[in-house]
Amino acid sequence: MLRPYTIKLGLPVANQFDVVILGGGPAGYVAAIRASQLGLTVAVVEREKLGGVCVNIGCIPTKALLHSAYIANLLKESKDFGVEVGSVKTDYGVAMKRSRKVSEQNSKGVEFLMKKHKVTVVKGSGLLQPGKKVKVGGDVYEAKKAVVIATGSRVKGIPQIGLEINKTTVISSDEALLMEKIPGSLAIVGAGAVGMEFADIFNAFGVKVTLIEALPRILPLEDAEASDALAKSYKKRGIEVIAGAKVTKATIAKDKVTLDVEAGGEKKAIAVEAVLMAAGRAVNTENIGLAECGIQVTDRGFIKVDKNLQTTTPGYYAIGDVAGPPMLAHKGSREGIFVAEGLAGQKPHAIKYDNVPSVTYCHPEVASIGLSEDQCKERKLDYVAGRFPFSANGRARGTGETEGFVKIIRDKKYGEILGAHIVGGHASEIIHELAVARENEYTVEEVELAIHAHPTMSEAVSEAALDSLGRVLHI
Amino acid sequence: MATKVHMEALSPTMEEGRLVKWNKKEGDAVKTGDTLAEVETDKAVMELVARADGQLIKVLVPEGTTVPVGNVVAYIGAPGEKVDGASSAAPAAQPSAPSAVRSAPEKAEDARIKASPLAKRMAKDAGVDLKLVQGSGPGGRVVKRDLEGAPAAAAVDVPRTGLPFEDVPLTQIRKTIAKRLAASIGPIPHFFLTTEVDMERAAEARDALNKQLGDQGKISFNDIVIKAVATALTKHRACNAWFQEDHIRYWNEVHIGMAVAVEDGLITPVIRDADRKSLTEIGTEARELAQRARNRRLKPEEYTGASFSVSNLGMFDIDQFTAVINPPEAGIIAVGSIVAKPVAEGSQVVVRRRLRLTMSCDHRVIDGATGAQFLKTLKQMLENPLAMLL
Repeated sequence: MLRPYTIKLGLPVANQFDVVILGGGPAGYVAAIRASQLGLTVAVVEREKLGGVCVNIGCIPTKALLHSAYIANLLKESKDFGVEVGSVKTDYGVAMKRSRKVSEQNSKGVEFLMKKHKVTVVKGSGLLQPGKKVKVGGDVYEAKKAVVIATGSRVKGIPQIGLEINKTTVISSDEALLMEKIPGSLAIVGAGAVGMEFADIFNAFGVKVTLIEALPRILPLEDAEASDALAKSYKKRGIEVIAGAKVTKATIAKDKVTLDVEAGGEKKAIAVEAVLMAAGRAVNTENIGLAECGIQVTDRGFIKVDKNLQTTTPGYYAIGDVAGPPMLAHKGSREGIFVAEGLAGQKPHAIKYDNVPSVTYCHPEVASIGLSEDQCKERKLDYVAGRFPFSANGRARGTGETEGFVKIIRDKKYGEILGAHIVGGHASEIIHELAVARENEYTVEEVELAIHAHPTMSEAVSEAALDSLGRVLHI
Repeated sequence: MATKVHMEALSPTMEEGRLVKWNKKEGDAVKTGDTLAEVETDKAVMELVARADGQLIKVLVPEGTTVPVGNVVAYIGAPGEKVDGASSAAPAAQPSAPSAVRSAPEKAEDARIKASPLAKRMAKDAGVDLKLVQGSGPGGRVVKRDLEGAPAAAAVDVPRTGLPFEDVPLTQIRKTIAKRLAASIGPIPHFFLTTEVDMERAAEARDALNKQLGDQGKISFNDIVIKAVATALTKHRACNAWFQEDHIRYWNEVHIGMAVAVEDGLITPVIRDADRKSLTEIGTEARELAQRARNRRLKPEEYTGASFSVSNLGMFDIDQFTAVINPPEAGIIAVGSIVAKPVAEGSQVVVRRRLRLTMSCDHRVIDGATGAQFLKTLKQMLENPLAMLL
C-alpha cells in the first residue's frame, strides 16, 4: 500500500492543515465545507463512509423506507380515491435495497462536496494526539489552528437485563436497515423518534409490532398532545403500544425472545421473533485519545465544551452528537458552521439551543420547536395555547390527511412564540415557518400577518396563531 | 478570482477599525504595497495596504464606517470581474464609533431602529426608548435580552428648547484609554511613594550642556529625568518588571514609556534601551516620537513593550500627582513641575529649585522598601547627575 512519502529531515509538510476534523458525518463534513469556504485548509479523517451515521445508517435510509411504508399504507386505501390496485404486496428487501441506493447516492454526494471544496479526506481511524495532531495508521496530521472532534454516536443495548445486541434476535437500527427478510413479529424497546419510525415501517410491511416505552407516554420528549395523537393513530393501525413499561428480563432463544414486561401494575410476557433496541445511543468517545490530550468528558459522557465548543484542552473542539444534546444532525451541522467561522476569525451568530426543531418522520409526522405545554406549566409561564386541527383544513381534507393539528403556545403578554407543535402530514416541512419566526423573535401576530397561500396545510399555522389570539377564523 | 481586501489587525490590540479615507477608488489600478486606505485604529491612523495586483473592482465600506477586523472591505481583481458585494456590508454600517448612548436626538430620527418585533412590543410596554438601547442581535438589532433590565423612561417627558447636554460617542482612542486604565486601577494594588528632589545641580548641568550644544539641540529636564529613571532601573531590576498572572518578568533591558498628551487623549511611545542612549539621543527621540504621536502616526511597535513609564505634567504647573500604572508594567513615575522654594540647609533657609516625583507601584511586584530604594537611587542621580556614571 502506498503511503505519502515523508522526508526524514524536515516536517511532513504534506500532512499539515489549518483544521483537522475527526469524523465525516453531518457535523464534520459541514464544518469542513464552511472552513474551506472561509479560506482554511482542511482534512477530514473518516473510518467508514462519508456522511456518517446520518447518510449511511440513520436519517437518510430510514426516510426512504418510511416513504415506502407510506406508499404501502396509501395504496391500501387508494380505492376511495378512484385508483384500484388489487392486493398490495410488500417486499422489504426491495425497499431496503432502494434505501441503500439512496444512501450511496448521498454518500457519493458528500465525497463530491469534499472534492469540490478541496477538503483532503483521509480514510482510516484517527487517534488524537497532543499538539493538535491526529494519528491515522502510520501518518500524523497536524492542525495549525484546531482539531475538531466529530466522532458521533452508535446504537446501544441494555446489557443489564439481557438485551445485548446480538444482531440476530436482538437488533439495532443498523441491522434493521440492512435486513432482507423481516421477522413476523417484532418488539421495539424505546418509543422515541427511532422506535416510532421503525414501528411505522415494519407495521406497513406486515410485521406484528409491539412498541414498548419506559416513560409514561410514547414520544416522551414531545408535547403530551402529540404523544396522545400518535398513540391513538398507532393503535388504530394495529401497533400494540405499551407505555410506562419496564422490561425486567429478556430470555433469548435461537429464534425467539421472551420479554418480561411490567406495566400499569401488571406483569406480561411478550414473545416475539426479534427485538429492536431503540432506547438511546452511546457517544463515540472511547479509544480516540481524549485522555492523552487532557480532554475531559461530562458526567453524562459527552465531551465537555465551553460556549465556543472548545474542549478543556485549547485547540481541540467538539461538535455534533459527542458535544451533547440534542443529538440531531442539523444541530451538529450548525455547530460545525459555528466552529468553522470562529476558527476563521469571525464572530459567528450564537447557536440558540432552545430553537432546534425536532422531527419524527413516522405517519402522521410530528414536528416541534421550543417548549411543550407541560414545560410552560412547570416554569409557571403565563401562556395561551392556540390550536387548529387539520380536520378543518381544506387542503388536508382534499388529500385525506386530516389526522393531527397545529398547536402554538404564546406568551400572554407580548405574544412571543414559546413553543410550536405540529402533528400531521408534512409537519416536518411546515414547522420551519415557526423556526424562522422564533429565531427572529417574531410574535404570533407577525406570523399571521404574512399571507398564507390557500389551500395549504400551512394555513393551519396561521389559524393556530389566530386561535392563540382568540380570533380564529375557520373553526 | 478576485482577491478579498480584509480589515487587517494593524495593531496587536485592534478589534475594529474606522475607515477614514479611501486613497484609491473603484476602477483604480493597484499594485501590491499600494496604500488603499487610511484606517483609524484604537491607537493611531494606519495604512491599509494592497496585497495583490489588479484593479480595485469593488469598495464595500464607505468612508467613516467602523468595521470589525476580518471583514471584507473591498475586492481587487480583473476589470469587469463580478463579485458578491453584499457579504460584509451589514455589520459595518455603523456611523463612527458605537456607544451605549447615541448622539444628539436630531440625528437619531433619521436612522431606522432595528429591533425584533418582540423587542419593540416590550419596549413600548415599558416606555423604553429603543433609540437608547444597544442591540446585541444580528446586525446590531435590539432583541429581547437587551431589554431585560433596561430602565424605563420618565413618566412625563417635559419638552425643552435647548439641549441640556451633548453626548459625544467615544472615539477609538478614548475607548482604548478607558478600557486599559480601568483594567489597571481596578485590579492592580497601587501604592504611591513621593519624594522631593533638589534640582539645582541638574539645572546647572542642563544649562551648561545646552550652552555647549548651541543650536545642535536642547536637552530638556524631561530628557534628564528619563535618563536618570532608566539608569536607576538598571540598578533596581526589581522595579523594571511586568506582572504576568502567574510569574513576573524582570526585564534586563530598559524601555521607557513616555506619556504624551495628544488631541483628545493620551498615548505612551517607547524609548527603547533608554539606559544605553545618550541624553541627546533620548532628547531627539522623545521629541520625534511625541510629534508623531500627536499626528497619530505611531506604529504599534513604537507604543508597546515598555518596561516602565514616565509621565510628566510639569509643564502644566502641577506640583505632584499620582499616575495610573500601564499594565503589565509594575511601576510609573509621575513628574511634577520644578519650583523654586525655600528649603532648610542646616539652620539656614535658602531658595532652591525642587521637583516632586511620585512613584506608583504594583504591590504584587514591588514592595514599599523596594520602591523606596529605587526612588532613593533616582533622587541621588538627579541631585548629583554625575552619579549616573557610577
